[in-house]
Amino acid sequence: MSIETPVTVPLPADTTAAGPPKRAEGGVMSRPRGVVVTVIVALLALAWLFPLVWAVVNSFREYEYTQANGYLSFGGWTTANYEQAWTQGNFGLHLRNSLLITIPAVVLTLWLSSMVAFVLARFSYRFNLTLLGIFLAANLLPPQALLIPVFRMFREIPLPFFMSDSGSMLNSFWGLILVNTAFQMGFCTFVLSNYMKTLPHEIYESAELDGASVWRQYWQLTMPLVRPALAALATLQVTWVYNEFFWATVLIQQGDKLPVTSALNNLRGQFFTDTNLVAAGSVIVALPVLVVFFALQKQFVSGLTLGSTKG
Amino acid sequence: MATAIEDPPATGEGQKATRAPRPRGEKKLPPRDRLVVITMVTIPLLLVLGLVWLPALGSVVLSFGKWNGFGGIETIEWVGTQNYEDVTTIYPPFWPAVRHNLIWLGFLFVFPTILGILLAVLLDREMRGSRFYQTAFYMPVVLSLALIGFIWQLFYSRDQGLINDVSAGLAARGLPAWPTEVDWYGDPDINLWAVLVATSWRHAGYVMLLYLAGLKGVDATLREAAAVDGASEVKTFFHVIFPVMRPINMIVLVIVVIESLRAFDLVWVINKGRNGLELIAALVSQNVIGEATRYGFGSALAVIMMLISSVFIVIYLRIVFREERQR
Repeated sequence: MSIETPVTVPLPADTTAAGPPKRAEGGVMSRPRGVVVTVIVALLALAWLFPLVWAVVNSFREYEYTQANGYLSFGGWTTANYEQAWTQGNFGLHLRNSLLITIPAVVLTLWLSSMVAFVLARFSYRFNLTLLGIFLAANLLPPQALLIPVFRMFREIPLPFFMSDSGSMLNSFWGLILVNTAFQMGFCTFVLSNYMKTLPHEIYESAELDGASVWRQYWQLTMPLVRPALAALATLQVTWVYNEFFWATVLIQQGDKLPVTSALNNLRGQFFTDTNLVAAGSVIVALPVLVVFFALQKQFVSGLTLGSTKG
Repeated sequence: MATAIEDPPATGEGQKATRAPRPRGEKKLPPRDRLVVITMVTIPLLLVLGLVWLPALGSVVLSFGKWNGFGGIETIEWVGTQNYEDVTTIYPPFWPAVRHNLIWLGFLFVFPTILGILLAVLLDREMRGSRFYQTAFYMPVVLSLALIGFIWQLFYSRDQGLINDVSAGLAARGLPAWPTEVDWYGDPDINLWAVLVATSWRHAGYVMLLYLAGLKGVDATLREAAAVDGASEVKTFFHVIFPVMRPINMIVLVIVVIESLRAFDLVWVINKGRNGLELIAALVSQNVIGEATRYGFGSALAVIMMLISSVFIVIYLRIVFREERQR
């Protein structure tokens, strides 16, 4: 997890019981004021888009051209920056590393947290809140505060050579996957258990009558029903784990094993003399998450706000 | 914590004996199911205890010792609170780091957080293109802060950055301009502010998203009632809507504090948290993976971070659990 704090947003108390609220938008403004506000918001939105647009535009420009004419010129179009950035930054390798870390971490996170969520939602044990607290608080602790023990622990835990050529959890994808999972479980558990609580209780009663075991109730009954929540969480988690910077930076010291977000750190030194190369590199790194974001925007937003509604 | 892993079904049984039947999970489970439930909880729990809570405890213990990390645990020399004294008295970057973290917090509150709230309130209304604007504002939320540091390099670079370029262009036309040789990321007097602007680009969208979710939940009748009473829009917001959103306000507050405390990625990618960009999180890392490994000293810094954050984590949990109980 980089600096994102996954949070659950409780709704205002008086409306939580009402279910998905149906309401008009926040009202229409008086006309002249509305126009002024719209213009201001539109300008701000353009300003917000500008950094990315600027990066994309300049990633397609020749260094020599922009050096000679300044950045406020027009022309010098090329795709050479991408070719150079791709090979020089070794992005193929780093993107592959990111994939090998992100996919297992997200699957593991969703699987483990859905199990806890199921138990929390299905049974009312006295320790339920404590358990949820343990997971949720872990989510918010500053990772730097745990760095030293985790670092040492990983150095001491041996891994067979076929799992990691470093011979220990340090410098291995396994360690990174586990750390990411441990940190992300709190948010997912919370969201999933709230979602599961909205399932009608009768389905479990009839399942019990049919003699379905707890595992079957979880795997064959509950999991298919929470698919929308899982999809939303998966979208969020993919971007978060992909964006994770801190743990990868400190736990992986072999440059060729870095996922792409942390690899940026090394690239800066190589690229900083050529801003257009920086732009091309930035676009390459941003592309996967932007694609996820635009393709699954609904999932992304509902994932962030899932904790707030009852389903 | 330990009580949680004991045997869940036993507790369930006890409850059954003493309390009225509950809506969920009131039945006694057969032994096999019991085992399954225990496993389902224990594996994730062990992971989070082993990789979060145990290390947290470890940091506290290590903060009372001196250890360069080369020898085994037996080479730790226990020095009591010496590390804490050293951190606060003879470690030059500590107080600047604290100051920077506080500036970070203040800045995030005053600019992007308030902007985010404002945008949420405006975009919650009927406005042409509202969805497009929302997308524009929260697009940076999907980008990592490390990448944001990279992207803003295009503005901040001394020789090739847009800001200095514009200024040079203005000066060349005889127009008033600012100095063209500013090294926005490098100059210790201004780099913190440059970084804060870049952070805000992302933070505002995040706050907006959280508030939009909250505003969707505000009962429309509240608003209508206020309008019928003749309250102005501004008044309605401050006296009706804002108070109803109290839980979200608190959560955003907690998030801003915690994010300011663990701010790390941006400064690390720029210069590893030196030269005007010292932050507590970066100092911890410097003491572990930097040139000198001072585990005890680094741990003392880590514990200071942990103590501050735990206050806000408790606030956060209390809000969330209060909502939980109301469900």
